[in-house]
Amino acid sequence: MYQKRPSITQPKDRILILLYVAIALIGLLCIFSVEYRGNEDVVKSFFAFKKNYSKQFVYLLACSVIATFILLMDSKFFTATPNLLYIFGILLMIATFVVGKTVNGSKSWIPLGFMNLQPVETCKIFTALALAKYLSRSETQFSKPNAQLIASGICLLPVLFSLLQNETGLALVYFSFLLPMYREGFPPVYLVTGASLGILLILTLLLTPEQLIIGLTLIGIAVVYFSKRKIKRNKNLLFMVVLIWLTSLFFVGIAVPFLFKHIFQSYQSDRIFSMVGRDNPYKISLESDTVAIAKTSSLAKKPADNENYNVKQSKIAIGSGGFLGKGFLKGTQTQGDFVPEQHTDFIFTSLGESFGFVGSVVLMILYLWLLLRIVFIAERQRSAFSRVYAYSVAAIIFFHVAINICMTIGLAPVIGITLPLMSYGGSSLLTFTILIFILIKLDTDRQMVLR
Amino acid sequence: MSVYNESRKNIIKIVFVALFVIVVIRLFTLQVITSKYKTLAEDQGIFRKVVYPDRGLVFDRRKNCILQNTSISDLMVTPNKLKGIDTLLFCKIMNIDTAQFKKKIVELIIKNGRSRPSVFEPLLSDEKMAILSESMYRFSPAFYLQERSVRSYPYDAAANVLGYTAEVDTNFLKKHPEEGYVSGDYAGMTGLERSYEKVLMGERGIEYWKRDNKNRLTEKLDKGAFDTMAVAGKNLYTSLDIELQELGEKLMQNKLGSIVAVDPKTGGVLCMVSSPTYKPQYLTGSERRKHFSELFLNPSLPLLNRTVSATYSPGSTFKTLQALIGLHEGVISTETVFSCSGAFYGCGSGKPMGCLDLGTFNLRSAITVSDNTYFANVMQRVINKPGFANIDSALSHWDNYMYAFGLGHKLGVDLPSEKSGNIPTPKYYNKVYGTGRWNFCNFRSVSIGQGEVTVTPLQVANEMAYIANKGWYYIPHVVDSIEGGDKFGLLDKYKKKIRPVDIPDSVFNSVHDGMQEVVQSPRGTGVGAKVSDIIICGKTGTVENYYKGVKQQNHSFFCGFAPRDNPKIAIMCVVENSGRFGGTYAAPIVGLMIEKYLKDSITEKARIDRLDQLSKLNLIPPRIKAEIRKQDSIKHSKDLAYLQAKGFIKAIKDTVGIDDDQPEREEINTLKTEKSKGEKPNKDSNTSLKGILPNEKKKNSKMGKRP
Repeated sequence: MYQKRPSITQPKDRILILLYVAIALIGLLCIFSVEYRGNEDVVKSFFAFKKNYSKQFVYLLACSVIATFILLMDSKFFTATPNLLYIFGILLMIATFVVGKTVNGSKSWIPLGFMNLQPVETCKIFTALALAKYLSRSETQFSKPNAQLIASGICLLPVLFSLLQNETGLALVYFSFLLPMYREGFPPVYLVTGASLGILLILTLLLTPEQLIIGLTLIGIAVVYFSKRKIKRNKNLLFMVVLIWLTSLFFVGIAVPFLFKHIFQSYQSDRIFSMVGRDNPYKISLESDTVAIAKTSSLAKKPADNENYNVKQSKIAIGSGGFLGKGFLKGTQTQGDFVPEQHTDFIFTSLGESFGFVGSVVLMILYLWLLLRIVFIAERQRSAFSRVYAYSVAAIIFFHVAINICMTIGLAPVIGITLPLMSYGGSSLLTFTILIFILIKLDTDRQMVLR
Repeated sequence: MSVYNESRKNIIKIVFVALFVIVVIRLFTLQVITSKYKTLAEDQGIFRKVVYPDRGLVFDRRKNCILQNTSISDLMVTPNKLKGIDTLLFCKIMNIDTAQFKKKIVELIIKNGRSRPSVFEPLLSDEKMAILSESMYRFSPAFYLQERSVRSYPYDAAANVLGYTAEVDTNFLKKHPEEGYVSGDYAGMTGLERSYEKVLMGERGIEYWKRDNKNRLTEKLDKGAFDTMAVAGKNLYTSLDIELQELGEKLMQNKLGSIVAVDPKTGGVLCMVSSPTYKPQYLTGSERRKHFSELFLNPSLPLLNRTVSATYSPGSTFKTLQALIGLHEGVISTETVFSCSGAFYGCGSGKPMGCLDLGTFNLRSAITVSDNTYFANVMQRVINKPGFANIDSALSHWDNYMYAFGLGHKLGVDLPSEKSGNIPTPKYYNKVYGTGRWNFCNFRSVSIGQGEVTVTPLQVANEMAYIANKGWYYIPHVVDSIEGGDKFGLLDKYKKKIRPVDIPDSVFNSVHDGMQEVVQSPRGTGVGAKVSDIIICGKTGTVENYYKGVKQQNHSFFCGFAPRDNPKIAIMCVVENSGRFGGTYAAPIVGLMIEKYLKDSITEKARIDRLDQLSKLNLIPPRIKAEIRKQDSIKHSKDLAYLQAKGFIKAIKDTVGIDDDQPEREEINTLKTEKSKGEKPNKDSNTSLKGILPNEKKKNSKMGKRP
């Protein structure tokens, strides 16, 4: 088969590149607005490279170099090396235990001098490639449980190390590989059950057991009501619904409270609840079980005063933006350093404050467009490798965006994961750049048969 | 195989869109529907900084500035910038050791945080300022100087008139809820500072600042687009003559009493001396609190403005008014004579009211020698004049004259805590003696200005202005005009000429004749007031008084005006418990004051000697001296710590919010009574730290004594 020499002039997916550039530049502006103070000389401090925004600019330049480099590479490289890269990634993660540097309480960084590398971050690329490689093998029969187990193992091995490094947030990201696996035929039961349990867990944190039990019962009745005919035909279905309902009730009403009361230490439960900006409602139950329920409900109704500082400040910043926002560099909360970690995990707050609802929605549309574009690209691939890889990229970005945005607006627990392409940080930016540009390269060469 | 699962892409797309929808809905509620976050953000992110304007200045009649502002610096420190500072050198300059330095810094960090500037030392003294400003560059940016505006007094005089400012307390805030004061603000508490607070304070400006998470102000919101400018307080132009005031304070040093001089043509107060007084500078700056409690506890009451807040029996100065009434009522003429054979027997011989100058007097000579019998007869005739239904209406008629002369009610001077004095009413005697069961003889001593009648020095000065003007006066006032106009109408009442009763000039001329003789005639009681080339009309008073029922040394009074034909100054002087006669001390003081004012300076050697001699004279009553000694010894043994422990110092601070309805002096009184209770129980409460007021309850005065 005739093979074009890889060149920079090859047709590429321009929309994806433009979306990438747009989001990265918005991110740079947001980082600038977090650090900018009215009384400083911007040009001078920019070239001093002491400020985060100037560093991020340098990272962006470096990323564009790497992106170009990736586009110039032979795409066969990516199909040939995943296993090696995956092993390299795992070794890097193991290396952090030896040469690792502790940043913000997690020993997951390798100092490289000019920047700190977080292997668990970069390992996402290798895992995505390895998963794509495994699923695209002709001998893999993904409908067999055996293959499903191996694929899951590839995805979850980094999670193990990540948890050992005390980097819970990034470990959770690896669960997003369930999405490409689902696309490739992974039985949806697992996915639905997993997602349901996850949602249920977050809901138990956010709501009181009473509210949840009532809610679940209502949902159950609704399901039974709307599928009356089916149930008439198949009595087992009713049995299934009731079983799921009972399981949920057990989970919400007994398992979770038991977990918080008896398994976790008090401070651990405190931390978990503070992640969603709530006080630990099970604290009192330690003192007296009999009054627990009464007090729990009264505590839950307390006004938002007791909300965790991060989430509260983040909500204040975003909420005060209003419909049109306060204007660029005019955010009082952003300029006043009220939101902790604002240039990294909470970068969305500066956008929300400065540009309000309109700006936030525009950014969300950009992300949605990015995701749908990747899905579109994925579906036009001829090779399973490229498709699986594309879905992996979409899944990782989706997970990051979903968790990050939801945590800034108080819908998800605060776990430290970045907003793709926007958050300050070379490691994160580099990872997403490589992820996306490998996809662009693969897409450019979609006519080739890649395995 | 993947082909079979292609439909799953739609599910994945739905998941993506679902997240988008959820986030957008949540953002919509957060940003568009809920408004509380906006308020929360403004509360923590925006700081309303109040910008205080400079208070207005005060000028005297010659446009000398007598009250102005200076800036004193506070030494500020930002603890987190301290690294690399030469602490040793700094401590040497500040005259502290490093341990003290560290302790202070730690205290400040606890109080105010590391990153916010705190006051290291407030209100630096001039010497420290001088040394520090030289070497300040070594200590920046951790240390810097911050200026603030403080009242200052170029003349070191007129403290009681100008008053002082102090931090507002909770009482004050409760009483002035709508005027925008917040705790920590300063407001005028006494004197002009209080009366003209509205004018002097100016209008505060508001700046909106951005504030960060450590409560530091970072920059102005939108470059100051929402700010309002502060408008400086307006200046006051007073009628005071600061040199006259200084002379008066010099003459009255080491004496209790007061001098008030008024320009009869305008009602403008020329000087208002209340002695003892204090250095006005005492109640500004860092030592303020210490000085305040000292002054506050001083038994001679230096904080009291005696010219308006102390009341005395007018004594013989009252006789001029009796003469006016007598002549106007037609019960006497200038030729009417009464004899004094040793006492006034008009009320029988039981309790005669003595007179010292035996003989027969007409009106002029009666005023000249201040004959008691004459004026007792005059008042008896007025009260017993046929035509009144009963004694009630007769006394009311007489009272109305007194009210017309400005007695028995507050004049309305532009200073706080003015007292009304007392003119006895029929109602009062009905209560004391029973309705209809009293007559002139029950209050005959009123005729010579003793007994129930009391006046303030200002009222006496105003009465002199009234006599000098032959029947009219302007309400005495210190402030003539306000820079930029009188927006609050504070000065309106001082522009109205008051002519309460129509008394012909001839009546006044007769009284003037007598008053001129007081000073001019060799027999006159007030010859001490004589000034060459100036015709002074005056009247002495020797006022009997009692403290807790014990007779005290007489107060020495003199009042008058000059020159007779074109009166430019109406003046009154009282020297409390000086002993001897009105002519002895008060008259020469008034003489010197008139000379100073009308001739602009005192040049004759003899007069300068007299001035020195009078100012060196110490006439503080032994009772007060004893009190001060006692207090000193208590202070030595108990120290201020004792008072603080007992809560006195706090009590003082809480009650500074003097209000008009419950005058300052009463508060001082109650406080001191409380205090004497708080004192050791075995102490005789009579002699504890009790201020002695000039108008302590007197017994009905015994007659006799040459007035």
